[in-house]
Amino acid sequence: MKRAILFFPLILFIVIGGFLYKGLFLNPQAMPSALEGQPVPEFKLLTVNNPERVVTNKDLTGEVYLLNVWATWCAGCKIEHPHLINIANTGLPIYGINYKDELEAAQQWLKDYQDPYQFTAYDVSGQLGLDLGVFGAPETFVVDHHGIIRLRYAGTIDENIWLNKIKPLVDTIKQEAALVVKS
Amino acid sequence: MNKLFLSVFLLCLSMSFSVLANSVETYEFSKPEYEVRFHELNKILRCPKCQNQNLSDSNSMISQDLRREVRRMLEEGRSDEQIMEYLVMRYGQFVLYKPKVDRVTYFLWYGPIGFAVIGLGILGYVVVRQRRKSKSEVVKESIEAEQQLDDDEQKALDKILGK
Repeated sequence: MKRAILFFPLILFIVIGGFLYKGLFLNPQAMPSALEGQPVPEFKLLTVNNPERVVTNKDLTGEVYLLNVWATWCAGCKIEHPHLINIANTGLPIYGINYKDELEAAQQWLKDYQDPYQFTAYDVSGQLGLDLGVFGAPETFVVDHHGIIRLRYAGTIDENIWLNKIKPLVDTIKQEAALVVKS
Repeated sequence: MNKLFLSVFLLCLSMSFSVLANSVETYEFSKPEYEVRFHELNKILRCPKCQNQNLSDSNSMISQDLRREVRRMLEEGRSDEQIMEYLVMRYGQFVLYKPKVDRVTYFLWYGPIGFAVIGLGILGYVVVRQRRKSKSEVVKESIEAEQQLDDDEQKALDKILGK
């Protein structure tokens, strides 16, 4: 009994050390999104490329897609952009939300760096961003064929994130959708 | 001494200004009550981007937006609970510095009490054991004392030994 007590500090150290060690590799920005499992919020916005065209959340439905929040003031978005173009080239639709930006700068961006988006909604007030629980840019949502948000990723998408995190989920959703069609 | 007091006083004064200058925008409120609640809410709501600052502390874009939203909802006459609910729907429990008690936050809420109970238990155990030990030491001492010779016995012994 007395011997066992002597080991208590060591055990305590190992437990606490284990927790802290794990904490070193957690991403503090990766917060559980309150919107995962929820439908895409309603919105009614103009598009960046055609400031007379009104788009709503109903224009998004159909198949699995990505919803990408970006802005010209956001450094991560510039790094992410070529990856988005690659993803769009695989045939996965991407919709953009231009978050609290200047219209002309956004239009110029899409001209300069190519446009991977089906359309980009111009969210100048940040209201849609707020409804999506966005707290910065870039952020990307994976939305399924029912219009339900399945994943929210806060941060820059790169090859690694796409291959290991987003693509597997997109493939799963595609399989789910195919099953529904068959049955 | 007076100089020291004066410099400390001035230091405190200069710090109080930085506290006053925390939020940049100034909002007008239709009722003074709203303004009080606005500041109260901004203190207990956490900035989702900067994580360790509350809304009134932070000047990030998202905090500015959320302050504007909080003000809008106050002016609409919504209750504090409704406003918090609105933000929790979007940003999760994370935005509350005081998260609600539920399955996920049980440990957070009751963990400290649990640790206090464990700590007191250990303390109690140690104290009781120590008491028992010292009691048995007292007994031992009294037995030893009984075994000691008193003065008369010592004299008798000395006599026998021819001292």
